Parts: sequence; structure tokens; C-alpha cells
Amino acid sequence: MDTRLADTILAVVTTDRDKVGGGAPIFYTENEYELEKVANILQRATTSMAHDLGNGVYILVKH
Amino acid sequence: MAQFFQPIVLGISLGFVARFYMLRVDYRMYPTFPHGYQIHLSLGLIAAALGAVAIPALKTKDYAAVTFLALAAQQFRDIRNMERDSLVSLEPLELVGRGAAYIDGIAKVFEARNYLAMLTALITSGTALYINGWIALLIGIAAIILSSKLMKGEVVGNIAKVESGELYFEGADLFVSGVQIMNVGLKASREMIRENGLGVVIEPKDDNARETLGMIGQRQAIAHTAASVLGIRKDTDTQEFTPLIRRNINTGRIVMAIVPVEKDTEALIEAVNRTPVLENNKRCPLKTQAGRIAED
Repeated sequence: MDTRLADTILAVVTTDRDKVGGGAPIFYTENEYELEKVANILQRATTSMAHDLGNGVYILVKH
Repeated sequence: MAQFFQPIVLGISLGFVARFYMLRVDYRMYPTFPHGYQIHLSLGLIAAALGAVAIPALKTKDYAAVTFLALAAQQFRDIRNMERDSLVSLEPLELVGRGAAYIDGIAKVFEARNYLAMLTALITSGTALYINGWIALLIGIAAIILSSKLMKGEVVGNIAKVESGELYFEGADLFVSGVQIMNVGLKASREMIRENGLGVVIEPKDDNARETLGMIGQRQAIAHTAASVLGIRKDTDTQEFTPLIRRNINTGRIVMAIVPVEKDTEALIEAVNRTPVLENNKRCPLKTQAGRIAED
């Protein structure tokens, strides 16, 4: 049987080290351009979706 | 035996024609052509044969033969399971899935159509036996037309008014006519949705429609139909382009955002209008007194 994670935060991508923590893998980026790029690659690699929390933090969630 | 020849042949023929008439290829490509067709035509022929021999069997006092009808009904129940299993196993391979409710509806229709073929054959052979062949032919044709008319379910256009909706972003949040759909993180994806996306608003005509359209299975069926008619700009690694339907919880109105290949609002409205109202999602609060009191 195929078991998959759903509605779970797979990764966090951020430019601000102070705003994040916890269990999911965290990717720190230098600027907004890199943030977009990393989030895009992670989204496609994990077939998940990037959500913008509006504070410089993106989360990747598998739906 | 010779007296039964004409009724049985007429019954089988019209029963088979009934099944054939109810099989039509449309945008859904279901049943698949040609093998799916062949399976259903063969089963339809068996159903028609069973229906056609029932009355002649009774006339020769062969009651055991009639009990075979009950046994056959059991066999035809397997058609529903066969269709459901096959569609469920294909579901993960669809870009926009049909949803469990739509699959259940399709499976039920396939089972029911065999019974209709059986019934048409039974009526035709009975009429041929007791009246005559020509009248049986007419009755059989009438039965085919009547059964396909009666079995025609409602479509979304009958229970709701479908209009174009305004699609826009507030920051990363996608909205259609004031209803929040989802948060789209990537700027490139937002740009793509802004450029190619379409929004529709589906306004239920009454309280029954409001509850029916609120069902998740019904919404999934609408998204699936729209995506299969207009094409979808989505691949397995771009979840954000999945058509989503959300409900305005204050009014019961539902809205959909979709990124179709063909950006044509009129075609999208037509596709939504033609989506079947799923039988297992139908809700009728207005049939109760409490529902009618609550309406006003």
C-alpha cells in the first residue's frame, strides 16, 4: 500500500533566522530571489505546494 | 417452442438496442472505447436474453427459469463493483480526480442500465407473446425512449445560476469574487494564475441546491468536468494549479478558480452548467417542514 504524508509541513524556507524553529527541515536563504528559487525547487521535488506566510517565511505543504 | 421464437428474438433485440442506445461516447471517454464498450454490450445482451425468456418460461410453467432472473440480478450487481474498482484504481492517475461520489454515481448507472435492458426485453417479449409483434416493437421502442428520458439526471445548470467570477490576489491569497480560495506562495505561480486563470460563481437557486452544491463530492465533479472539457495547465509537480472550489459560508454560494488551457469563460460556464448533479449528493431540506420554515 502507498502511504503518503498529507497536509503536513515538509519544509520551511526563510530569509529570517529568528522567525523559525521546530521539527521540519529549515532552509535559510540570503534574499527574496533565493527564497523563491529554493521554494520552487523544493515544491517540485516534493510535489508539494509553497505557501507564503507573509513574513518572509514559506512553508511547503503536501496536500 | 415455435410460438416463443418471435417474442424471444424481439425481446432480445430491443433489450440489446436499449443498452446500445444508453452507451454514448462523450467527453468523459467512459466507458472506454472499444473494449469497455464491448464488455457492456455483451453484458447488455445477456441481460436482454434473460428478460426476454422470463415470460415464455412462465407460460410453459417453468418456474425454475424465472428464479434465474433473481440469480442474474446478483451477477449484475458485480458490474457496479467492477466499474467502481476500476475507476478507483485509476483515480490517482488523473490530474483532476473524479472523486468518490462521481465514481459511485457512474458505477450505479452502469448497473441500472442493465436492468433497464432486461426490463425492455421483458416488456417486449410479453407484448409479442400476448398481443402481436408489431405492437411489441412499438412498445419496446417507447420503453427505450422512456427509460433514457427518465434516467436522465439533473445538471448543475438546472439547480444553479453559473456566472463569471472576478479572480484576484490579495498578497499571496487567491480570491474569487470575495471568497478566499488558497494561498499561493510562489510569485511565478501567482503570475501564471493571474494571467491564465478563470473564476466562476455558482449561485444555488434554492435551499436544496445550496446543500447539494455544498457537498464535496459534487464540487469535485464540477472541477473534474471543467478540467476535462477545457484542459488544465497542471502537472504532477504543480499542485497550485489544481482547480479548487470553495464555499461562501454565509450565502452557500460556491466559487471555483481554475487555470484552463483554453481561457474561455463562456465555455467554462457551459462546462459547469452541464456537470451532472450526483445522485448520492442530492439533498432536499425543503421536503421537510423544518426546512421550509428555515427557508424564509
